[in-house]
Amino acid sequence: MLSFILRRLGLSIILLFLISFISFFIITLTPGSPYPWGEMNPKISPEVKAAFRKKFHLDLPLYQQYEMMLHDLFTGELRSMKDDLPVMKKITDRLPATLALNIMAILFSLSFGTLLGLYGALYRGNWKDMSLSFLSFLFIALPGFWISYLLVLTLVKYVGIPILGTQSYGIEFPNHLTLWLDRLWHLMLPAIVLSLAGIATQSRYLRSSMIETLRENYILTARAKGLSPTVVLYQHALRNSLRPLITGIGMLLPSLISGSVIIETIFAYPGMGQLGYQAVLERDYPILITLNMIVATMVLLGNLFSDLLYALVDPRVRLE
Amino acid sequence: MNLESPSQQLWKRFCKNKVGVWALVIIIFLTLIAAATLLLSWLGLPWPMNPNTTDLSQKLLPPSQLHWLGTDHLGRDVFSRMLHGAPISLTVGFTTVLVSLSIGVVIGSIAGYCGGKVDQCLMRLVDAFLCFPTFFLILTAVALLGPSLINIVVVIGLVSWTETARLVRGEFLTLREAEYVHAATILGQDSLKIITRHILPNAAAVILITAVLGIPEAILAEAGLSFLGFGVQPPQATWGNIIADGKTYLLEAWWLILFPGFAIFITALAFYLVGDSLREAGEKK
Repeated sequence: MLSFILRRLGLSIILLFLISFISFFIITLTPGSPYPWGEMNPKISPEVKAAFRKKFHLDLPLYQQYEMMLHDLFTGELRSMKDDLPVMKKITDRLPATLALNIMAILFSLSFGTLLGLYGALYRGNWKDMSLSFLSFLFIALPGFWISYLLVLTLVKYVGIPILGTQSYGIEFPNHLTLWLDRLWHLMLPAIVLSLAGIATQSRYLRSSMIETLRENYILTARAKGLSPTVVLYQHALRNSLRPLITGIGMLLPSLISGSVIIETIFAYPGMGQLGYQAVLERDYPILITLNMIVATMVLLGNLFSDLLYALVDPRVRLE
Repeated sequence: MNLESPSQQLWKRFCKNKVGVWALVIIIFLTLIAAATLLLSWLGLPWPMNPNTTDLSQKLLPPSQLHWLGTDHLGRDVFSRMLHGAPISLTVGFTTVLVSLSIGVVIGSIAGYCGGKVDQCLMRLVDAFLCFPTFFLILTAVALLGPSLINIVVVIGLVSWTETARLVRGEFLTLREAEYVHAATILGQDSLKIITRHILPNAAAVILITAVLGIPEAILAEAGLSFLGFGVQPPQATWGNIIADGKTYLLEAWWLILFPGFAIFITALAFYLVGDSLREAGEKK
């Protein structure tokens, strides 16, 4: 067990290096200038430019830039090229909002996905299953920005409910409870939109894994010895087909972060997706690289965690 | 005795699923519309209107008999713009899949055929790619390279080959143990020939399915890029940039959001349904 964890951590570190390498070269080798004032601005003296290049190590050869980038990344000295704030501060400012949104979206994906997948497998081949699988493709094919705008349009214009940002402004909250309820409400819509695709993929995975389990002999045995259908379903079948639910935790993250770039922009939600989008617009390389690294670390840890969890719930799995 | 070829069998089983067939009909219909629009505008007969003719006296009109789907903030006919956006979306879908398939098939074949260390290294590369938030990576690269049709296709293709590679590798791992492959090896055929002549044709179904399922991903990614302002650039109309232009007028002109988004949605849905139906037809009974 311990050696498994150590080996996986070692592998993760190699992967992280590979990822830092890929993102660094994608970002630096593409044409375009990182200067906050534009490449050809005549008002900027050569000295200022040289100082900027020196500050962000742009005067060094590429491999040294990469070295300096790694060094600064791990010592936390990386600074935004735009406003010179430490990158870590800009990101940690946004971390609570991002975590809230993503955890909520993961919860939605896993719970509703499991539910839909379960019923799909139960009513396999029947019209209920067909409409459920149609529904899941509907969810995957919905462009997130489109459904968000339609929601914003109907709710704001026709119903008059505030939904943008993290909380309603211009209102005095009588107590903390109402403030948190208001925040929860503001979290709800972006989380639902963000989780649609996750719900769909989870339900597809769970459905096929469930169908496979229901064919097993031990299910037949359980039925034959006269256990009630509910016990067979939840205690024998569902427990043995939980793999997608657990692997899902790690797999959902990258797509959620991708989706949040658009969703957070529309709902004016101050998370990491929005920060990333601004960094792309401003060509703020240090922020882009750090974001990629943080997401990759989260994904790798998520995968490790889900493998461990899987071994924990399924004694047939041995970690070697 | 069954004398049908595998592809005939696949087609026959595909036809049994009504949903898949209807989705295929929708795709063919869309392709025909896109081709007709291109042909008409090439002949100098843009139908029903020129998508780029602006008329500020006609701006932000709701759907009417003259402008079926209304007009945008420059008085351009939304229906015409959507027709002209269709070829773009389909082109992005098909060409991106060509790029990602060619990378994915090559890497997957090599990993699956060679196995061992080579396989390990290539699969770690795939793992690294799977850790990236794909859309964010695409956005970064397109923003830095500059948004153009070619860049978008290449960038989306370059980051979305991993699924194909994994599936092709899996297929190769089983197929390379097949007796006819052993026979070919014993007869002294070189690896390249075995891969291309003996194994690849038998992995065709899997490749076709990943290709079809890759198309809507690319279309949705392009729409998202367009929406953020990094898609194919105006004045060329795309479904994504009609919405991007319209978002400023969200509260006054719902038709600028509803119709183009619906077109993206239906197209993506049709491809997903065809892909899924093919996958079911390809599953061995």
